[in-house]
Order: sequence, then structure tokens, then C-alpha cells
Amino acid sequence: MMPPRLLLAGFLGLLLIAPLAVSEFHVTLLNYIGLYALVALGLVLLTGVGGLTSFGQAAFVGLGAYTSAYLSTAQGLPDWLVPLGGSPWIGLLVGLVVTALVAFVLGLLTLRLSGHYLPLGTIAWGISLYFLFGNLEFLGGHTGMSGIPALSLFGLELKDGRKFYYVIWAVVLGAVWLTQNLLDSREGRAIRALKGGVVMAEAMGVDTARSKIVIFLIAALFACISGWLYAHLQRFVNPTPFGLGIGIEYLFMAVVGGAAHVWGALLGAGVITILKQWLQDWLPKLLGASGNFEVIVFGVMMIFVLQRARDGLWPILTRFMPQREARREVPQGEALPKKPLPESGQALLEVRNVVKRFGGLVANNNMSLTVKSGEVMALIGPNGAGKSTMFNCVSGVDSASEGEVLFRGTTVTGLNSRQIAKLGMSRTFQHVRLLPTMTVLENVAIGGHLRGSKGVLPALLHLDRAEEARLLAEAARQVERVGLKDSMFELAGSLALGQQRTMEIARALCADPCLLLLDEPAAGLRYLEKQSLAELLRKLRGEGMGILLVEHDMDFVMGLADRVVVMEFGEKIAEGLPEEVQRDPAVMEAYLGGVD
Amino acid sequence: MDLQIALLLGQDGITNGAIYALLSLALVLVFAVTRVIFIPQGEFVAFGALTLASFQAGKTPGTLWLLIGAGVLVALVDISLALRSGLRRKIPRIVGWNLVYPAAAAAVVFLLKPNELPLLAQIVLVLALVVPLGPMLYRLAFQPLAEASVLVLLIVAVAVHLALVGLGLLFFGAEGSRTPAFSDASFDWGVVTVSGQTLWVVGASLLLIVVLAVFFERTIYGKALRATAMNRTGARLMGISTVMAGKLSFMLAALIGAFSGVLIAPITTVYYDTGFLIGLKGFVGAIVGGLASYPIAAAGAILVGLLESFSSFWASAFKEVIVFTLIIPVLVWRSLTTRHVEEDE
Repeated sequence: MMPPRLLLAGFLGLLLIAPLAVSEFHVTLLNYIGLYALVALGLVLLTGVGGLTSFGQAAFVGLGAYTSAYLSTAQGLPDWLVPLGGSPWIGLLVGLVVTALVAFVLGLLTLRLSGHYLPLGTIAWGISLYFLFGNLEFLGGHTGMSGIPALSLFGLELKDGRKFYYVIWAVVLGAVWLTQNLLDSREGRAIRALKGGVVMAEAMGVDTARSKIVIFLIAALFACISGWLYAHLQRFVNPTPFGLGIGIEYLFMAVVGGAAHVWGALLGAGVITILKQWLQDWLPKLLGASGNFEVIVFGVMMIFVLQRARDGLWPILTRFMPQREARREVPQGEALPKKPLPESGQALLEVRNVVKRFGGLVANNNMSLTVKSGEVMALIGPNGAGKSTMFNCVSGVDSASEGEVLFRGTTVTGLNSRQIAKLGMSRTFQHVRLLPTMTVLENVAIGGHLRGSKGVLPALLHLDRAEEARLLAEAARQVERVGLKDSMFELAGSLALGQQRTMEIARALCADPCLLLLDEPAAGLRYLEKQSLAELLRKLRGEGMGILLVEHDMDFVMGLADRVVVMEFGEKIAEGLPEEVQRDPAVMEAYLGGVD
Repeated sequence: MDLQIALLLGQDGITNGAIYALLSLALVLVFAVTRVIFIPQGEFVAFGALTLASFQAGKTPGTLWLLIGAGVLVALVDISLALRSGLRRKIPRIVGWNLVYPAAAAAVVFLLKPNELPLLAQIVLVLALVVPLGPMLYRLAFQPLAEASVLVLLIVAVAVHLALVGLGLLFFGAEGSRTPAFSDASFDWGVVTVSGQTLWVVGASLLLIVVLAVFFERTIYGKALRATAMNRTGARLMGISTVMAGKLSFMLAALIGAFSGVLIAPITTVYYDTGFLIGLKGFVGAIVGGLASYPIAAAGAILVGLLESFSSFWASAFKEVIVFTLIIPVLVWRSLTTRHVEEDE
């Protein structure tokens, strides 16, 4: 949600003239808001968008500040560091490298574990680094380091807060631009899928662990740059502003402002900074004692915000702003290259004697089946027969305990769903897995993740536009193909369940698969919708695609499938042509109960 | 370092480790039952210690005002809710726990002159003031968010921690306090000299652990908590109220915290913000146990205590750095041994 252009221009204009119009004190305040907003922006990406969090951002700020302070003062540097000394710009570079290394290692250690280990790890890291800063002699201990040189830009020395103001805000706005670019890209969709869509994204070929590390790195680097600016603005550093308490404050800024919105970071940084200033003036007078009593207000405010307005202040504010018309043009672009489909009748998928156990429960016992290209194979059976487990074993969401799965002649047993997706298998889920706050078009475009190749850097700099247009055009074609053209720009969460299932088919098709796994695609569809779905599947079959289908609607299955496998209690009880299976006594007993 | 010093450091480490162990148990309990990563655990330690110190100094402890204030807030929220949903019969109970009880506690504190009471009575009074804060806190901060993600609950926990630290400063001031030892006795066993206080701490910790074990194994409420920890929905279907389970686990956490505070008060000077670091060390123990296993968490906490006391001998300035860096190898080990694809939220 971005404010319309006019408001944005007004805001930028105000920012531009602010230092000419306000007092020195207020310029300083605005400088700090900018520095904090930069850190909060990283947390928006990490927490609001990616669903991860860190309390240790202040430590990254400290890393940026101390690295540059230590190198640029160039006093008592060991010999091997002397060539790097004396320049703030080298300090910035080294700071970024050091921060990236630390964040990478920290991320590697914690991001594979469940979500709460990262914040706990960052708390420990925040405390450790704070005490380290305070106890290392060469960093000045608790008294800190002074005499840090000022920045100079094109020969102009920036000793004055008013001049520095423009540097800070140029960096902040640059970071806003980069972040928005990133979120509006192939990588950005993968990042937005981290919150609540990990299994789906992996099945579409997204390396979610990599995406997590990427946003943790970006957040840490933003913090590092903020620290570097701080060191050369203040020209003095000590450990105090890099403690855990400030790290927590950064997170508050992001959450209060609106953790899912880029502009929320600026709003939150502004609100918290001004409020803190004001509370620090008034509370000690009011309470008759000195101390950081503003934390009480911040703590209570935070609890209140999370209980009553979990999305923060920004969405509340935008309700009073005129909204820009959402984009409604169907994206156009050159078609993406398609992989040639295998010849009709060739075996695509072979499942051989697969056993899947959950503890003592055998969910699949000695299951075998094959799917050929250009055929629809239906897997049916009563509820709890183990069909979805079979699906998960085939698609790599789960791994089989015994047996073998071959896809196009190579064994895929033990591969994860991302690797299997790469080979040309794509699937839908029985319980719909989509990202409700993204549009149908964007959801479908996630399916095309593997057909693009532009990474994070081009996305940040908007150098990925040509590929992005082709990806979105492909997604739009698939949306049209499944008959959801009218809902292309609706939020996926607002569709009816049947349409959501259909959208999942479009997403799977967007991956250009040669084998399509559909888990109950017709559930929740109306009669006419079922007919058009059947028509679509027939057409895909005609093109040579293999389809493995789990379905309960017998009319749908029997009218469409070429062959049927029937499961009960985890085992195969029948296999054959639809008519044969329908007459099979074991199948009739499974579905209708035995005659004693 | 000679044997004597090593034994002394070991004793120190085990004493602190016993307290960290208690805290790590509380943290595992609260996380298992409510999914809250209970960062404010340490504040209960500080409140327990400072309340005892206030009694002994003949002052009215600030926790009394906190109890009254929290009680009024809970009563306001619950009564308005009861009126809106037409459950007037609930009101006497709400008033009883949240208004009458704190008032009674205030009366006892003002009438009895706690500084003249024996230590045991003082400790009971400390627990009577601090422990009810646990469930009240759950009601105000966490209950409305019981279904939120672990991440949101964690941020709330940090917010609560911050608010409580600020309130601690307001009510107790910036000066630290230390209470006299429970016993001045010391025992010479060959080369080892064991102080009475160490025996008190270790003994009391063990006793509390045994009491908790009996509570969880033998009582209906203990079993209800275990059931909720294993499967919230299942427990709910069996008629176990998740609100009750949440309040009860917070009460136990507050009890463990305040009691640890009472134990630690004679060993170290406690300031309004000391609790945080103590609580976090309990956390390191809990993380060793994967936030799930009680015995491994307790063992991890003892390890933290030992590591801390030995590193304060060799590199005292880097004591905290060393202790908190311990979780890195632990995390490495955890991340190498767990493999799961998970869906948060």
C-alpha cells in the first residue's frame, strides 16, 4: 500500500526544506529518526514480511559504527590493518563485510531451527556484543572512542548536522526504494511466502532457507549502514546505544509503525523517537525521580498495539488517505521458454513398493503405481486410506520409509520437494495453501519461480523488469486458462474455496510441469465449474501431460480417468480401467461395506 | 588455580546453577503450556529479592502497589466483560481475587510490621505479594493473544519485561539490596568448606523440584497442565480450560521466580534490573533442553552456573560474553540434529 504520488511528493518536499526551516534541535531529531528508520526498515522486511524477528539489530548498528570508528581514527591499528585505516569509506566497506559474515553465521545457526531460536539467538548475540564493546581496551572500553573523522563527500566536509541530514535521508529513501523493488519481484514473492507458506513455496521450488538468510542479511546491512552514519555524525561512539534495550526499541518501531509496510518503518521510527524525547522530559518530573521510565509506556503501548491493532499504525493512517487505483492491466510479455513434454505413453512416475510409517502407524504399505505421459491416473479410496500421504511421499513433502519413487527414470526417493519440483513435477494441496494477502496473479506467479533466474541484486536495483514482465504474463495466461480471469487482481484470500483450488492448479501449471499432482481439485466446485475443470484436464492430457489425481467425486473421476488405483488402509486393493474397478468386489466392499 | 579455589568456584557455580535450573524449569513449563517465551521471568526474581529486602529494611515494598494496581486493572477488564456477556454471577469471585485479596495483603503488611517477623514468615509474605502477579499478568497481557503466533507472544513477552523493569525502577529505586544470609554456619569437610547458604539454596531448589514433580505426577491440576502442554486442542476437548492452564503455569513461574529471588538475595546484590540477566541464564539452560526437556534444561542450567563461576575467575570482564556465547555450540548441535519442515502461524 503506497500513498498516492501527490502525497509522496509532498512528503519528499517537506523533507527537502525541513532543515532550512527548523531549529538545530529539530534537525538533530530528524537525523535520529532517519537513522532509526533505516534499522526499522530492515525489521519490516524481516519481521513484518518474512515472519522472522531479531532483537539484536542494535548490535549490528554497533558493528557498523565501531568498525568504521576503529579503522578511520587509525590510532594503534596493528600493522596488517594500517592500509585500511584513515578513511570512513573503507570503514563502511569493511563494516558491511564483517556484518554480513556475522549475520550469515548467526542465520545459518538459527534459521534451520523453529522460528523462536533466531530471536533468542539474537538476544544472546546482542548482550554478548554489548559487553564485548565495553570490555575491549582497543575499542575504548565503556568510555568509548572519540575523534572519529567527519564524512566528506565530493570534497565537502559534512561537519554540520544540517548537511548530514541530506546524506541520512538520501540513504533512508534509497533503502525504501530498494526494499520496495525487492518485494515487487520474483525473489520478493518468495520472501513474502515465508510467513505461512513455507511448505507451498518449497513445493514450487523456492529455497526458503536461502530467502530467510537473504532478508536477515539485508536487515543486518541496513543496521550496519545506520551505525556507520551514526559514528560519523556523532564522531564519538560508546557501547550504550548498541545494547539490547535499544535493539528491542528498534523492533517496537517496526511493530508500532506497521511491520508489514515499508512506510510503517518511517512512521514507527518517528512516533517512538518523538514520544521518547517527550516522555524523557516529562516522566521524571511527573514521578519525582530520574530514570528511564519511558520503557513502562513503551511496554504497555506495545502490548496494546499487539492486542488491538496488530498491523500497527500505518494501515490505520492509510484509511484516511486517498487510495491509488490498484493496477488492473493484464500483464503482457513474451512467452517463457517451455520444456518439451515427453512423448505420449512414456512412463513418467513409477512408485515401487513404498512404505510410509508414522511411528507405529503404517500409512502406506507396499504401494506401487505408475503414471504415463498423456494419461490421467486417479487415486481413489475412502477417507484415511493414505492417498495424501502417498502424494506427499511422491512430491517430496515427506519422505518414504521404504521403497523407491522414480520420476522420468531417475530415482527421487529422499529428494526434497524443491529438488523434485525442478525435475518437472508440480502439485496442488488438499488443504489449500496460498498467501491470502497477495493477489491471485502474484500467487500464481510463485509457481513460475523456477522459470526465472534473476536474483536478489537485480531485483533490488529493478534490473529484472524484462524477466518479471514475462513471468507475470505467463502467470496471467495460466490464470485465464483455468477461468479465473475476472479475479486476477483480487486477493487470493477473498476467493471461494473452489476458486482457491482452481488457482492452485494455475499455480502448478505456471511451473511448466510434465507431471501434475492434483489433490481433490473438484472439491467445492459447482457442476459447471467441474465440467470446465474436466475439460481443462483433458486438454492438458492431450498435450502430453501426465496427471495424478486424488478425488472423491466418482462421476468426475470415472468420466475423466484413464486408469484408477484404489487404496484402503494404506494398501492398494484394485487397479485397472474405470469400468473394471467399479465392478471389483473388493472396491465395492471398501466403499459400501461388506455383506456378511 | 589450586584445588581449593576450584572447589570454591565449583560450589559457587552449583549454587547459582541451582537457581538457574529452577528458572529454566519455569521457562520450559510456561513455553510448553502457553507457547510464551517468558522473558519477564527474571523480573519475578528481582521482585522477590527486593520485596524481602524491603521487609527487612522496615519499608513498604513496591510490589504491594503493583499487586493492588494489577488487581484493579484485572477487575475492571473482567467485570466489564462479565457485564457485557451477562455473567454477573462471576463478579464476586473476580472482586474477591483481584480487589479483596490485595487489600487484605496490604492490611497484613501494614499491621504486622514484617521486619519483626521471623524469616520464614517474611518469605511467605513475599510469595503472597509476588506470586498473584503471575496470573494477573497472564490475564492482562497474554490471554487476549492466546491464539497468536509464537513470534507475537515473544514480542509481547519482551514488552512486558520492559514495562516491569521500568516499574521495578519506579517502585524500588535504583539502589541495589542484599539480605543477610539464612545461616552463617559453615561446614568443613576435609579441604572443602561449604557455606550454610549454599546448602540452603541447593536444598531448597531440590525440594521445590521434588514438589513440582509430585504436583505434575500426582495432582489433577498438574496432569491438566501436562495434557495442555502435549496437545492444547485435545486438552480443551477434554474440558481443560486453556485459560486456567495459562494462569496456573504463570502462577508457578511467578512462584519459582520469587522463590529464586529470595534464595539469591543473600548471595548477590540485586538491583531492579538484575533479574533479566539471571532469567536469561535460565534461558540458556532451557535452550540446551530444547525448550522441551526438564532434566536436560536443569543440567544445562547447572552447566551455565559452573561456566559462569569459572570464567569469572579467569576472565571476569568477559563473564557474560562467555556465558551467552555458550548457546552458539548448543544451537549448532540442535540445528544439526533436528530436521523439519514447519509451517509457522
